[in-house]
Amino acid sequence: MSNLLFDEPGPRARRRIRLATVAGVLVLLALLALAVRQFAANGQLAAERWQPYATWPMWRYLLGGLWSTALAAVVSAALAMAAGIALALGRVSRRRAVRLPSAAYVEAVRTVPALLLVYLVLFALPRYGLDLPLFWKLVVPLAVSNAALFAEVFRAGIMSVERGQGEAALALGLSPGQSMRLVVLPQAARRVLPSIVSQSVGLLKDTSLGFVVSYAELLYSGKVLANFNGLLIQTYIVVALVYLVVNASLSALARSLDRSAAGRGGARRRITRGRRIIRVNR
Amino acid sequence: MSALFDHLPEFWQGLVVTLQMTMTSFAGAAVVGLVIVAMRVGPVPVLRRVATVYVETLQNLPLLVLLVLAVFGLPEIGLKAGLTTTAIVVIALYEGAYIAEALRSGVNAISAGQGEAARALGLTFGQSLRHVVLPQALRTVVQPIGNIFIALTMNTSLAAAVGVVELTAAANRVNLLEAQPIPIFVGAGLAYAAIAAGAGFVTGRLERRLAVAR
Repeated sequence: MSNLLFDEPGPRARRRIRLATVAGVLVLLALLALAVRQFAANGQLAAERWQPYATWPMWRYLLGGLWSTALAAVVSAALAMAAGIALALGRVSRRRAVRLPSAAYVEAVRTVPALLLVYLVLFALPRYGLDLPLFWKLVVPLAVSNAALFAEVFRAGIMSVERGQGEAALALGLSPGQSMRLVVLPQAARRVLPSIVSQSVGLLKDTSLGFVVSYAELLYSGKVLANFNGLLIQTYIVVALVYLVVNASLSALARSLDRSAAGRGGARRRITRGRRIIRVNR
Repeated sequence: MSALFDHLPEFWQGLVVTLQMTMTSFAGAAVVGLVIVAMRVGPVPVLRRVATVYVETLQNLPLLVLLVLAVFGLPEIGLKAGLTTTAIVVIALYEGAYIAEALRSGVNAISAGQGEAARALGLTFGQSLRHVVLPQALRTVVQPIGNIFIALTMNTSLAAAVGVVELTAAANRVNLLEAQPIPIFVGAGLAYAAIAAGAGFVTGRLERRLAVAR
């Protein structure tokens, strides 16, 4: 916690803090009351409009959607990570012929919206005779766009390993490939683990594009359910809560990994997010 | 190729909407981010908690879920607004959380002596934030904020999924008419890349201009 901007409060500051606390709580309560009033005035608080979400069939359906979300996320994460490692190695390669295309891929994909890639797979590929199954129509664009982001994470990890490590490996007579595989990569992998997990949260958020593809992941399942039972706001709130629980747990995992990595190697060795890495916030 | 040039007006219209959404929601996100970060580094525990919960919640929800909730859910409780306006507000609230996080890392990067010196001079919390801490914090986070701007530009395309006709939706419509997906989608992609390149150029210049020689 940053205590940069204030000292231990004296009597006057304590009074002011109490005042601000009361004001803050009042504002929160007012917002809450306003929300409840809006719900009540439009009859959205009625028990029978929320009752369905206390029944198993509804949850079975939504959990089925969550399962599809997880499946799409895991498969595209695996593909994106494999491609990301290859791209990262390409970007640190000594050969220009490898380095330039990898860099071009990362820079190009970074600046194109994932939805545009989804549309490309949805509408362009079938015209050229490549009509993928629904699952792959979601997974392929996600893997393509996230590969660039994973590549940047891995590259930051490789760059964070001290030069001496690679030099020592070469001095021992390992070939450049061996030194990368046996010495540099294992250390880099350990350091990027927290970033990989938080990047995966971004990828899991991206799977909500299944809404566009009409692949039955969580959000699309919610849409189908809402169209079926007419409980729009209730359904979407429940869907949002499921996403929140899953992603918040993953983020908490990333944080604890980060802390334990910092504990092992000391804060000195933690990689800072490289200047060129964008936080994924789709 | 002619598919692209025959429909330049539609593309132009879409690009204008995308730029409008990007600019207004970025301005909104900057305000939200500043307020949240002020709450988060401030001395009032309740406000700190609220700001933390805000950031955690919005960073862990997919933007598309928020857009769908706002566009299809909120009218159910009597909150109706224009489609584009709703999308802009949602994107601003969402990206505000990311800007708050970037600013917080900037604030944390400032040495403690700066805050102590400001207090020793008798500046209040607001004054030290405004005159001492934020000007330095902003300098260090120019690049991250530029990246958030680029991500925000890409994210405005999600508004197409809930019916706003911006660049991505315009490209999709033209494609439905012309069935020439490659030039049309590549054209749209180039427009996005140009916006991102422009943003990258500006942040690079800004960073050099604002850098303090030490």
